[in-house]
Amino acid sequence: MSIYSNWSSYQKEIAEDKFYYARSCIRQNFFPGSEKAFLNILSKNLGKDILDDPLHTSCSGIAYHADILPFETTMTMVARQFAMMTEAGYENFVSSCITSFGIYSEVLETWHHFPEKEAQIREMLYKATKREFKIPQNVAHTSDIIFKFREGIREKGVNKLVNIHTGEPLKGVEHIGCHYAKVFPSKGIGGSEFPYVLAGMIEAWGGTVVDYPERRHCCGFGFRNYLVKANRGYSVSNTKRKLESMAPFQPDFILANCPGCSMFIDKWQYTLKQMDGVVYGQKAIPVLTYEELAGLVLGYDPWELGMQMHEVDVEPLLDKMGIKYDSSKKYEGVNGKKIGQPQRWEGCGKL
Amino acid sequence: MVDFGFSSYKSRFIDLDKVDTKLPTELFKEDEILRACIGCGGCSGACTAAQFTNFNFRLLHTLIRRGEYKEAKQEAEKCMLCGKCYMTCPRGINTRKIIQGIKRIF
Repeated sequence: MSIYSNWSSYQKEIAEDKFYYARSCIRQNFFPGSEKAFLNILSKNLGKDILDDPLHTSCSGIAYHADILPFETTMTMVARQFAMMTEAGYENFVSSCITSFGIYSEVLETWHHFPEKEAQIREMLYKATKREFKIPQNVAHTSDIIFKFREGIREKGVNKLVNIHTGEPLKGVEHIGCHYAKVFPSKGIGGSEFPYVLAGMIEAWGGTVVDYPERRHCCGFGFRNYLVKANRGYSVSNTKRKLESMAPFQPDFILANCPGCSMFIDKWQYTLKQMDGVVYGQKAIPVLTYEELAGLVLGYDPWELGMQMHEVDVEPLLDKMGIKYDSSKKYEGVNGKKIGQPQRWEGCGKL
Repeated sequence: MVDFGFSSYKSRFIDLDKVDTKLPTELFKEDEILRACIGCGGCSGACTAAQFTNFNFRLLHTLIRRGEYKEAKQEAEKCMLCGKCYMTCPRGINTRKIIQGIKRIF
């Protein structure tokens, strides 16, 4: 019998306050503004207590999924993360990365079913670092947190996902990372069948969600698909299939909650243009992280959110939402220093 | 176009509503036991032509099932009609007769 009997059984418990934050390896490099925005939104806009601990490390998920590290090493790395959280006096663990979220869920599930494994890892961690840890009371992904506080964000928001020229709701494609709910369906809002974490945000902030045939298809990132150059054709073909499927619905933006998905759906559009000469949408489809979307709703400056780091220009979306921006400051970093400019390419609005 | 050292795959999407399903029925008359093919690939393993080209009987059968008749006919031209696949087939499908049928019907 299914563990799901009604919609409430598809929900998950998410902590209210006092979060220990674990960053993402990919996002720190490709979407650094998103992680900063998450911290700002929680602490400044929502008044929550969240610790950005400089002592924490990678969860080692990339190495684990690329078959470079054994699971025991990954479990010990995870145990160290929990030890840092325990030492800091926090009990609610928030991961910025979908793969890390999958890793934490997998490790906790392993320890639940094999307590002797947990004992072994505790011993290994103690021998290596003299540290001990408590199991977190609550493990959530950062998109879960934004989803939980979506109504609060809407109330404090100054912008809506509405086309100011037509008055119509903006059409958003939501793309859920595979490791969010396809590994452990009960750990995601809506399970693997009806993931609602991103759709809930789009609807709460005034937009509509596009339901298209390949909605649940993987973006194709997959660590071994991408890390091995010979496999990248498979990776890009998955994204191509998704883009081909969604393009006829003319979405205004794509919203993703996985670092890999955000990066690849964005950057593969450039690759596909150069490789096959195809542009999806009028001038490609902007890909946003949920923090960027929440930040836009709350009135953050797009360049402060790091949206100049995208391969596909976001200006068409900003224009539709009626958000004012200074184009001359797009490639200015903090202190006004130029951060460099990406290559201009057709279909992206840069020409 | 830029060469990245890898490329995107061609879509394998087939619109079955646009496929003429009567043609395979004609082919099955050549040897009805073709319907009982279990796709074991013995025919492909034994194929003489497959050692030098990407031709094989299982691929041919798949193309017919998917309605890709033009491609199937092109593939069938590569067959040397040696009959090794016929001898290997656990279902005893007369593969040579099928290939001649493909050339005639499609």
